[in-house]
Amino acid sequence: MELERFLILSGVLFCIGLYGALSRNNVIVVLMSIELMFNAVNITLVAFARYVVPTGVDEQLGRMLTGQVFAIFIVTVAAAEIALGLAIVIAFYRNRETVDLSEANLMSR
Amino acid sequence: MVFEDVIFWFLAVGSVAAALGVVLIKDLFRAALLLVVVFLAVAGFFVMLNAEFLAVVQVLIYAGAIAILIIFAIMLTREVHQGNLPNRLQPAAAIFPALLLVALVFVALDTEWNLLSDQPQELQDRVAIVHTNTVAGIPDAMRAPGSPDYVRGSDRSGLGELLINDFVLPFEVVSVLLLASIIGALVLVRER
Repeated sequence: MELERFLILSGVLFCIGLYGALSRNNVIVVLMSIELMFNAVNITLVAFARYVVPTGVDEQLGRMLTGQVFAIFIVTVAAAEIALGLAIVIAFYRNRETVDLSEANLMSR
Repeated sequence: MVFEDVIFWFLAVGSVAAALGVVLIKDLFRAALLLVVVFLAVAGFFVMLNAEFLAVVQVLIYAGAIAILIIFAIMLTREVHQGNLPNRLQPAAAIFPALLLVALVFVALDTEWNLLSDQPQELQDRVAIVHTNTVAGIPDAMRAPGSPDYVRGSDRSGLGELLINDFVLPFEVVSVLLLASIIGALVLVRER
């Protein structure tokens, strides 16, 4: 159960984040929910790196840490994503005076 | 083991409750502060999983930089009073994650994972050295063939060596991505 409890926990966090991203109108809440999902995925990757043995680990022990390297890349990409996302939010707010996603409807007119 | 279980359940209940708060609380500023609680709890999980470097990165980047950015954006957009309202998709948006959660739990419990604890003791011992030296890598003395505590397969065993050997291309691409996102963010928020 050592591995499974981490997988289930990260599944719960991911689904909470997914619910928030789908059901909220505020762009900032959607971005925060996406961060929750990133964190859930990171927990999964690090748990796999800790408890599961990849093939070929006999020749190269470092492969045990592949999951952690993936998590580092996810953290970096998440930082880039949140910086750009919030810049878009601020540009959007400057144009429409709101952060409500249902107001982002220029294409539907 | 009991101590570890107590810590796990403490962090698990805390992080799930805080995550629910992030999604459900109406006050945006409180939601952002609860997000910091989730980030710190996740850092705790990383420590439990022998990923100390990632735990530090988590506190620095998520709980430090990203949380500050989000709070800045909340302040700049002055929508705190309007708060966090659900849209009309809410019923469907609740059903889909619930189904996904059931599927994820089923897969996690039903799969035959190739677990470390099922491996021969000799491999477990070698991997334990890697897990306790994630940042520095295996000490030089244990890599030299012929030394008494030589560890087979020990070249490139720290996180840093893995990053600049096996993953050097994604490593370089990610640095370009960061540069592009900095320039993109500056261009987007610039006053015209």
